[in-house]
Amino acid sequence: MVDTSVCLSGLTLDNPVIPCSGTFGFGYEFADLYDINILGSISVKGTTREPRYGNDTPRIAECTGGMLNAVGLQNPGVDRVVSEELPKLAAVYHKPVIANISGFSLDEYVECCEKISAAPNVGIIELNISCPNVHNGGMAFGTSADSAQAVTAAVRKVTDKPLYVKLSPNVTDITEIAKACEAAGADGLSLINTLLGMRIDVKRRKPVLANTTGGFSGPAIFPVAVRMVWQVYNAVKVPIIGMGGIRTARDVIEMMLAGASAVQVGSENLVNPFACKEIIEALPIEMEKLNIAKLSDITGGAHHG
Amino acid sequence: MKKGLYTVTENRALTKSVFLMRLAGDTSAVTAPGQFVNIALDGLYLRRPISVCDVSEKEITLIYKVVGDGTEQMSRLPEGAALDLLTGLGNGFDASLSGSKPVLIGGGVGVPPLFWLAKKLLQEDKQVTVILGFNTKDEIFFQEEFKALGADVIVTTVDGSVGIKGFVTDALKTLHPSYTYSCGPLPMLKAVYNTSDADGQFSFEERMGCGFGACMGCTCKTKQGHKRICKDGPVLKKEEIVW
Repeated sequence: MVDTSVCLSGLTLDNPVIPCSGTFGFGYEFADLYDINILGSISVKGTTREPRYGNDTPRIAECTGGMLNAVGLQNPGVDRVVSEELPKLAAVYHKPVIANISGFSLDEYVECCEKISAAPNVGIIELNISCPNVHNGGMAFGTSADSAQAVTAAVRKVTDKPLYVKLSPNVTDITEIAKACEAAGADGLSLINTLLGMRIDVKRRKPVLANTTGGFSGPAIFPVAVRMVWQVYNAVKVPIIGMGGIRTARDVIEMMLAGASAVQVGSENLVNPFACKEIIEALPIEMEKLNIAKLSDITGGAHHG
Repeated sequence: MKKGLYTVTENRALTKSVFLMRLAGDTSAVTAPGQFVNIALDGLYLRRPISVCDVSEKEITLIYKVVGDGTEQMSRLPEGAALDLLTGLGNGFDASLSGSKPVLIGGGVGVPPLFWLAKKLLQEDKQVTVILGFNTKDEIFFQEEFKALGADVIVTTVDGSVGIKGFVTDALKTLHPSYTYSCGPLPMLKAVYNTSDADGQFSFEERMGCGFGACMGCTCKTKQGHKRICKDGPVLKKEEIVW
């Protein structure tokens, strides 16, 4: 029997597979498809202080090996997430979840974090400073070391729960931002968010997305994500949740060898709603093939020797 | 929702760009006319949502128009080819609200989901009128199939080459429906909404990511809050629509 369990800041997960925020709703709707309690954890839909409709449609575009989205943080606002969505999830999913929060000002991040930290089924706060689809917020906080440090420090003061900062790949040097977050008290890092991209409808001669640009995700970005996890692993001591284009158990193992302690699966949930289940079922088989007895042992394994 | 493999049992052109495909497999998740399936295709990352035209115990019938790489690939699939489908997506039409004399209004490839609905309503002994709107004669399909079901069929063409010259609303304004069911391009839906006083249901289209409510890619505003076209729709009731 192989051991698939991993540890994130004192929280033991049965396996490292976590559906990514924004690709799994608030989780409970997937409970109709399979027993979601097999999931290591769930990173729930990005939450802001106020309810948000998001961007105009079209919000989705396709490309070779992936897709672009410009949803723009649609969510019912933190009060309803805490009073309705998280309890609904707690009724069908009995493990701690990851609460993903966003904002447009320091105050908003702080208030959102304070409120959501009080929810009993929240095990980790994931501070999203990397959403490319909103203006004057989201990614604006994650593209300079100073602002990343400031928002991490501000949120750190109002929560006792493990704080993971979700980093943007749309920067010159991701390790600078990673180090700034670690210095400001982050317990861990999540990376990568989507890459800023764009498609043009050649018949209409106009951008496909109403928002013009969107976040590029899917298997095509996997090598970028592996490279950035590798770099950040070398730069910080805190654990990393690796994500970006993961679609198989082999991808999970590769991401962990690059330096991830756990992983998130994003876009693949949208084309295969059973993706996480299939990956979790395939993991022990792949581990045996690759002579891995204890999965947590391989984190950063490609860096040694 | 169910995920499964389906075998193409028929795939033929109805017009120059519109095709009919029959797929054999598990149809148990398909429960209402107006629902759709989401089809995985080789080399394309996102699935392609196509409305269900008809269903039996063993087969799903789809009618689709070739508009891009995905539907082009579908049009070339031979009998016996296997396709990975998500089935039973969307809410579908609520046939129970039809009243005794419903009018079904379809424009172009908005016509197919009305076929199973018409069949269902006729089985319930409703007096069903179907208005089929096309641009021109060459684009017409399924006129005879609707007649064979026993529906009163009115065809409109923009160029007047067949039936009433004009739009579906030119036919609709002469009728007194108990209820309307519409599927077609957005301008047509809006025109129907503004033409008929009767209550009704409208099937909407939007670019989707997942097709089953996870990604919030196809959200629209309604009088009852934000709704996902793929999961809370594609059919919306007249009273909730915000244009």
